[in-house]
Amino acid sequence: MFGNRPWKMAVGATAIALFAAGCGGGSEEADSASNSIVIGIAEPQHLIPSNTTESGGAQVLAALFYPLIDFDAENKPFEVAAESVTSDDNKVWTVKLKPGFTFHNGEQVVADNYIDAWNYGAYGPNAQGASYFYERIEGYADLQSKDPDGEEGPQKAPEPKAKTLTGLKKIDDSTFTVTLSAPFAGWKSVMGYTAFHPLPKAAFSAPGKIADGFEDAIIGNGPFKMKGTWQHDSKIEVEKVQGFKGEVPKIDGVTFKIYQDAKAEYADLVAGNDDVQTQIPIESLASAPGDLGERFKKSPASTFQFVGFPTFDKSFSNVNVRKALSMAVNRKEITDQIFLGSQTPAASFVSPAVAGYRENTCGASCEYNPTEAKKLWTENNGPAKVQITYNADGGHKAWVDAMCNQIKQALQIDCTGVGEPKFADLLTKVEKKQPVGLIRLGWVMDYPLMENYLGPLYATGGSSNYYGYSNPAFDNLVKEGSAAKTTEEAVAKWQAAEDILAKDMPVIPLRFGQNNFGHSEKVTNVEVDIFTKVNLYKIEVKK
Amino acid sequence: MFRYIVRRLLQMVLTFFGATFIVYALMFANQDDPLQALAGERPISENVRLALTERYHLNEPFLMQYWYYMKGLLTGDFGQSLTGRQISDMMATAWPITIKLALMSIVIVAVVAITAGVISGIRRGGLFDNVTLVITLIILSLPIIVLAPLTQLIFGIKLGWFPPTAGANPTFYALLMPAVVLGSLVLATELRVTRASVAENLRSDYVRTARAKGLSRKRVIGVHVLRNSLIPVVTLIGVDIGGLMSGAIVTEGVFNIPGVGFNLFRGIRTEDGPLVVGFVSILVIVFLVVNLLVDLLYAALDPRIRYE
Repeated sequence: MFGNRPWKMAVGATAIALFAAGCGGGSEEADSASNSIVIGIAEPQHLIPSNTTESGGAQVLAALFYPLIDFDAENKPFEVAAESVTSDDNKVWTVKLKPGFTFHNGEQVVADNYIDAWNYGAYGPNAQGASYFYERIEGYADLQSKDPDGEEGPQKAPEPKAKTLTGLKKIDDSTFTVTLSAPFAGWKSVMGYTAFHPLPKAAFSAPGKIADGFEDAIIGNGPFKMKGTWQHDSKIEVEKVQGFKGEVPKIDGVTFKIYQDAKAEYADLVAGNDDVQTQIPIESLASAPGDLGERFKKSPASTFQFVGFPTFDKSFSNVNVRKALSMAVNRKEITDQIFLGSQTPAASFVSPAVAGYRENTCGASCEYNPTEAKKLWTENNGPAKVQITYNADGGHKAWVDAMCNQIKQALQIDCTGVGEPKFADLLTKVEKKQPVGLIRLGWVMDYPLMENYLGPLYATGGSSNYYGYSNPAFDNLVKEGSAAKTTEEAVAKWQAAEDILAKDMPVIPLRFGQNNFGHSEKVTNVEVDIFTKVNLYKIEVKK
Repeated sequence: MFRYIVRRLLQMVLTFFGATFIVYALMFANQDDPLQALAGERPISENVRLALTERYHLNEPFLMQYWYYMKGLLTGDFGQSLTGRQISDMMATAWPITIKLALMSIVIVAVVAITAGVISGIRRGGLFDNVTLVITLIILSLPIIVLAPLTQLIFGIKLGWFPPTAGANPTFYALLMPAVVLGSLVLATELRVTRASVAENLRSDYVRTARAKGLSRKRVIGVHVLRNSLIPVVTLIGVDIGGLMSGAIVTEGVFNIPGVGFNLFRGIRTEDGPLVVGFVSILVIVFLVVNLLVDLLYAALDPRIRYE
C-alpha cells in the first residue's frame, strides 16, 4: 500500500514527529533582571476563598487578597483591611472597613462583599471545604440540611431552611456586624483565615451562585492581581496593582509555579529556576545545607504530630499504661535521626505557634525514661503487645518503626507498626472499633489560638478527635475559655484545660513541625509564616 | 484490505467498551471514600460530604455510576473530576505534552536502537557489540525510578547542561532529557531485538544469494537485511508507543511534566473514577490505533503479507 518506499515514509514520519515535538513551547523563564519572583506551590484544589483549605491555594490567595486580620510575630491578630474589629460582649462583633479599597476590576470594597461571600461559603449545598469556619456565626445550622435516610440512602437531602446567615448584618457600606451563636473571645483571630476574604459583585452570576470561570480568573482586593488566567498544573501569574491603598509589596509580581512533586521543585531551587521553596522534601534535607548554604532556613510551623489511644481499646484504659508508653519514646532521637532536625520534640498538647503555649506541659510523662517506663508498665500490667497503625501513603513508616523499636527495648514487649493504605482506611477501622492499637495522627491549625488545638483534637465530639477522648471537665474549661471576656482570661482557662490533658494522657505528643525552606540567590528577606506561606510584603529581589 | 480495516475497527469498539468497563469496575472496587482521599487528613464536614456525594452520584450502585459516566462519554462529556475541573480540559492540556514526550522518546530510541543494533548485529562479538551489550544490561537493570532522579541530578543540577525540570510548556531542549530517560525504558530491548534479527537475517539464504549476485555490501545490508529485520522491531515500537504514554508516571513526576502519567497517578490516589477512566479510555484508543497501524505497516515491509 505504501509502494516500494517505506523509507521515505519513515523519514517523513520522523520529521513530522520532531517538528511536532519541537514546536510550541516558548520561553518560560522569567527575565532574571526583572523585579518579579517565582514561588513553587502544589496545584491548588480551589481558589474560591471559602473552598481553599490547602497551602498552595492559600499562598496564591495571600497575594490576591488583603485580609481583614493578619498576625504579628507573636501571632496576635491585628487589623489589615479592617479599620477596627470590636465587640463589647464577644458575641456581636462590629467590623469597620478601611475606606478607599477597590477590587481589581475597580469595584469599591463594601460590607456586602463580605456578607455575600460568607453566605455563599456557609450555604451547605455549595459544599465549600472551609464552610466549618462559619459555624460559630448565628444561623449557620439553618443553612445546612440533613439527608433523611443517611448518606447511602436513595432520598435526597431537602433544601436548607435559609439561604443567608442571620448573624451577618450590614450597618452601612463600610460597616457590618457579625453575631455569633455563643460568645467567643478569639473570633478576631478566626477572621484572619482565608475563608473570610470578600468577593466582588462580579463573582456572582446570580445571588448565591459563582459565575462560571470566575475561579480561573479570580478578582481580589489584594496588592497583586491575576495576570491572565490560572494555568492548571502549570502556573499562576500575578502582578502588582498600581496605586494599591494598603501595604505595598517590594516585588512587582510573582509566578506561582506549580510542582507536582517536591523533589522536582527542589531540583529547580538548586538550579536557580525557583526562588522560594517553602517545604524542602525530607529526602533532600541532608543535602540542603550543602546545596544552599545560608539560603537553607528554618522557621516555626503549626503542625503537631502525635499518636492517640482509642478509647474502645481496653488495654490502654489505665492512664499509667499510657504514660509508660509515652516515657518509652525517645523523641529527640527520632527528630534528629529520622527527621534530620526538621521537626522538634513535643512535650505539650498545643503547638508553640499559639499564644498561651507553655513548654513541657506534659511533664515527666513526655521525658524519655526507660527504667521508670518499664516499672510503670509492669506495675500496671501493660499489654504484652502494642500496635501502632499509620497510613502508609504519608511516609510514616520510618519513624513508626523507630518508635516501636524504642518501645520494644524500653518495655521488653512486642511492638509492630501496621500500615493502612490510606488515612481513610485507618479511620474506617477506628469507626468500626477494630483493634488498631495506637493511631498515628497529625494536626495543622486553622487559626493561631490554643482553642484550635484543644477543641478539634481533644473535646468530646471534636472534628479530629478520632480516638474518642471525652472528659466533661476538660470540655467545660475549653468552653469557658471561648466565652471568656478577654483573650488573657481565655488563655488561662485553656491552659487549665491543657493541664487536664497532662493528667489524662489521651494522646502521646511526639513532634512539632518546622518550615524548612530554601530560597535562590536572587531574593532576600524571605520569611515563611506559621501557615507555611511566604510573606509577600517583606520579600525583596537583590539589587 | 478495506474489509480488513473495517473488521478491525469494529473489534476496536468492543475492546474500547470492555476496557473502560473493567477499569471503571476496578476503580469502583478499590474505592472506599474518595471524598476523604481528596481531603487528605482533614475532616470533611457533613454538608460538604452530602453535597459532593450527590453531585458525583457516589451513593449509587456501580452500574448506575457507570451508566451516568458512559452517557456523558457518548455525548462527548467526560464529566468533572472530584475537584470540579472539566476532565476534557485536563485532557486537552495533558495529552499534547505526553504525546510530544512519547514521540521524542520513540524517535530517539528508534534511531539509537536501530543504528546500534544493526552495527552490533553485523559485527557480532566485536568490541562495539560487547560494549553495547554491557550498556544495555546496565540500562535494563536500572529501574526508571532510580535513573530519572540520577540523570536530573547529574545533568540538570551538577553539570547544568539541561534545565532540571520541564514544566507545562517545555521547549524542545527542556524535554530532551526526560525523553531520553523515558526512552531508556524500551531502548535496551529494541536494540537487542534489532541485533538478533539482523544477525539471523545475515545468515539467511536470500542474503547469500544477494551477495553471490555481486550486490554491494551497502545494498545487501541496507535493503535486504534491514527491511526484513525491521518487522519485529516495528511491532515492538508500536507497542512501546502506548507503553511509553502510560509509563510516563515516574518521568513526568521527576521532571514536573503535567501529562497523562501524572493525571493518572493523581486520579488513582484520590480515587477519582471518572478522571482515571477518561484518561484510560484515550490510552486504550491510542493502543488500538497504533496496533492497527503496526499491522498495516507489516504489509509495507513484507510484500508476502496481504490482508483480506
